[in-house]
Amino acid sequence: MQQLLNTALGGLTLGMVYAAFALALVLIWRSTRIVNFAQAPMAMLTTFVALTVIDAGYSYWIGFVVALLAGLALGAVIERFVVRHVEGGPEINAVILTLGLFIVLHALASVVFGNRYRSFPAPFGIRGIEVGETTIGLTGFGIFTVVAVLVVMGLLVALFRFTDVGLRMRASAFNPEVARLLGVKVGRMLTLGWALAALVGSLAALLIAGGSLVHPGYMDSIVVYGFVAAVLGGLDSPLGAVVGGLLLGLSLSFVSGYLGSELVALAALGILMAVLLLRPGGLFAQAQERRV
Amino acid sequence: MKQRLARVWDASAGRHLLLALLGLVVVVLVVESVSDFRNVQLAALAYLGIAAGGLTVLTGLNGQISLGHGALMAIGAYTAALMLQDGEPPIPLLGIVLVSMLVALAVGTLVGVAAARLHGPYLAGATLALAVAVPGIALRFGETLGGEAGLRVRLPDIPEWVLDAAYFVTGSELTRSSYVAYLAWLVLLVTYVLLANLSRSRVGRRWRAVRDDEVAAELAGIGLGRARVSAFMVSAAAAGAAGAVMAFAVRLAAPSGFTLTLSLTLLAAVVLGGLGSLTGALVGAALLTFLPDVVTDAGRSAGLGDIRAAELAPLVYGLVMVAVVLLAPAGLVGTVRSAAARRRARSSRSGGGTTPDRRTTHTDAAPTGAVPTSKGDVR
Amino acid sequence: MLRIEGLTTSYGPVRALQDVSFTAERGKVTAVLGANGAGKTTLLRTVSGLVRPDSGSVHLGEHDISRTPAEAMPALGLAHVPEGRGVITELTIAENLHLGGLGRGRKVKAGDLDRVYDLFPVLGERREARAHTLSGGERQMLVVGRALMAEPSLLLLDEPSLGLAQRITAQIFALLRDLVAEEGLTVLLVEQNARSALSLADHGVVLNLGRVVADDRAEVLAGDDQLRHAYLGF
Repeated sequence: MQQLLNTALGGLTLGMVYAAFALALVLIWRSTRIVNFAQAPMAMLTTFVALTVIDAGYSYWIGFVVALLAGLALGAVIERFVVRHVEGGPEINAVILTLGLFIVLHALASVVFGNRYRSFPAPFGIRGIEVGETTIGLTGFGIFTVVAVLVVMGLLVALFRFTDVGLRMRASAFNPEVARLLGVKVGRMLTLGWALAALVGSLAALLIAGGSLVHPGYMDSIVVYGFVAAVLGGLDSPLGAVVGGLLLGLSLSFVSGYLGSELVALAALGILMAVLLLRPGGLFAQAQERRV
Repeated sequence: MKQRLARVWDASAGRHLLLALLGLVVVVLVVESVSDFRNVQLAALAYLGIAAGGLTVLTGLNGQISLGHGALMAIGAYTAALMLQDGEPPIPLLGIVLVSMLVALAVGTLVGVAAARLHGPYLAGATLALAVAVPGIALRFGETLGGEAGLRVRLPDIPEWVLDAAYFVTGSELTRSSYVAYLAWLVLLVTYVLLANLSRSRVGRRWRAVRDDEVAAELAGIGLGRARVSAFMVSAAAAGAAGAVMAFAVRLAAPSGFTLTLSLTLLAAVVLGGLGSLTGALVGAALLTFLPDVVTDAGRSAGLGDIRAAELAPLVYGLVMVAVVLLAPAGLVGTVRSAAARRRARSSRSGGGTTPDRRTTHTDAAPTGAVPTSKGDVR
Repeated sequence: MLRIEGLTTSYGPVRALQDVSFTAERGKVTAVLGANGAGKTTLLRTVSGLVRPDSGSVHLGEHDISRTPAEAMPALGLAHVPEGRGVITELTIAENLHLGGLGRGRKVKAGDLDRVYDLFPVLGERREARAHTLSGGERQMLVVGRALMAEPSLLLLDEPSLGLAQRITAQIFALLRDLVAEEGLTVLLVEQNARSALSLADHGVVLNLGRVVADDRAEVLAGDDQLRHAYLGF
């Protein structure tokens, strides 16, 4: 019983991170019809920036904020100067481009920061909280993870729902040509969208890194889980991405806890294939079929 | 005689065979004249080339993308390694290559059936998941598959008749690494002849038709699913053969050899070479094999540590990959070829001849509808 | 108001407009007529900056706008209602209208939307509904209302009657007539339905295969039997 509870709690915490990462992928997919596989190394790079700041003697929180800002800047620069050239072109070009960026950023991190494992601090306890006699599988850092993701999601919702910039961004994503005719600088909105997505990706990376080891490849599998979560939610829906992330986090946590951690990636592959073949529009799709 | 040669040359199957024989001669000359270390590199070039050749058929000719070819290579490598545990394999090495190929073919068929229903980013994501997932199998079945440490590969002794034949042809004793290099290149040449003939055949035309325009292909009576699955099968078989050769060359099959990086590297090779061209795939594989030495040395002399300098190579080919997509979407070889075709077109036009249709002059180098996108209308 | 001179536009090798010149007078409705593929939509897309012309010029008042990007047009007082309505279906009615108001480049106040709701009460009743729930006629009202939110001096309308019941077309045309009469709005109207377009318009331009074949007062065009049979189909 206790193991069940702890596995579920761990799954939900991890699911929050997958949800954030999936959300970052969905934001970019909605506006540019590109799945940004380079999201993983982009986010990884910003954690190394945080680590450098922290190692230089500054507090965890300064490193945290600097990493998020670095993510924002990196996302904007990559959209404006690299990705812009393939937007609206053949989809295979965009796929290859993001994979090329994947290799570049990976190698860049290894050259600049080295590719050994380094430990990343956590601002809160990473031991389970004790309730009476027993220790439950929820850590201080786990609570921080959940809260941080919820806060960022809330801010995003507020931005998109209640501000003029958010309205312009949604219009650009849904119908770029009409948005232009209404005076929206669509290119600028796409840059902003990539920047925000990269910020959310950085947050996910910081939360994965906290209290654990980082190296240039530590986010590689997360981009797969984020993608699976996003597809579970339909790839087009931010809310779907969040629900998909939580579901995936729970499922993988149970696979890891009861079957073995080496099977986690295999389980993710299985879930992905099942969704793509049975419900290509995602779990919450309406009746209409979507080509995937 | 000259006429008959010309006729053989025109029939593309004959031309591929002649090219392969020529290639064999070149291989013998090269393998015999370089050091053992270089021969190990040559074998590496061969297995990367075989897998890249298979991938370029899939991506270039059929328009499907796969990041899972590293995983398919792993399947071939583990199959070969399992048969080479005691140094006395039940069948000759070439037979082992064939078996590895068949196993990868079987797995590739399964993946292909699923993949045929996906496109673009969905296919990339699904095969990416495959690449990340497959090493987990080796860990799960640690007792049979060696877990993290992997399986050591023990090559059998070189057969007497091979030693004799080699001595007879080259006049020197055959070393183990040059033996593996020969084997690797033999597999490469056979694979390439088969792939080249296939891509020129009716099957190849169907793959291209599906890539260029699904609706038109379907109207022409081509089964989209069948064309996609068959392309994936062929491509997977090549990856399996490449995996077996890799096991011979590296003498080890371990999860660390089949990371996501390998799959991405293969994609880099076919992009660098120009999607859809076998020559390009080989050029790409050669770049991946020899570039690291050059770049790493440069990095070291610029004062980087060994480990960091080693990462300069992926940095360079990642950058080249990005640059190719942005500047020359037909890939390096494709761009050179179409530049040559343009030049030919210009000179024949000025000479009063007919203008060759550029599409037909480099059919096998045509990328998947990938053209430089103008920013004109989009914003 | 709008002066077009020697405008030539092509899509790749295809010439869609060739040496088109005409003027749309301030406070008047100018109709652009012609068969499918005559270049009417390309004309509007070139004027509003979605497509770059090969040569020629477009003047809006004193401004040369032939190289101005589409997103800068609303601030200059030009509103383009594209073919196929151009409702952003994922947004609510209020959001669509709000977006139209942002085109002026200043804040949108709640009262600004009420003016449109007064013109089209049916939109006011369902302001928080998503636009995909609207009928064709309601969508047309929404895009016209959205264009008016930017307080344009020149309104480009692409096939507003397409697929709509006669009654709704008449209603929208009546509204346009009022706006032109009361507020001095200038309208450039592209229509395949030449008869109803000429009933609204003061002036007409007929395009055929990208060239201007007639340019005259609406009554003159409507009275020219030969022209009507050859190009206008009524």
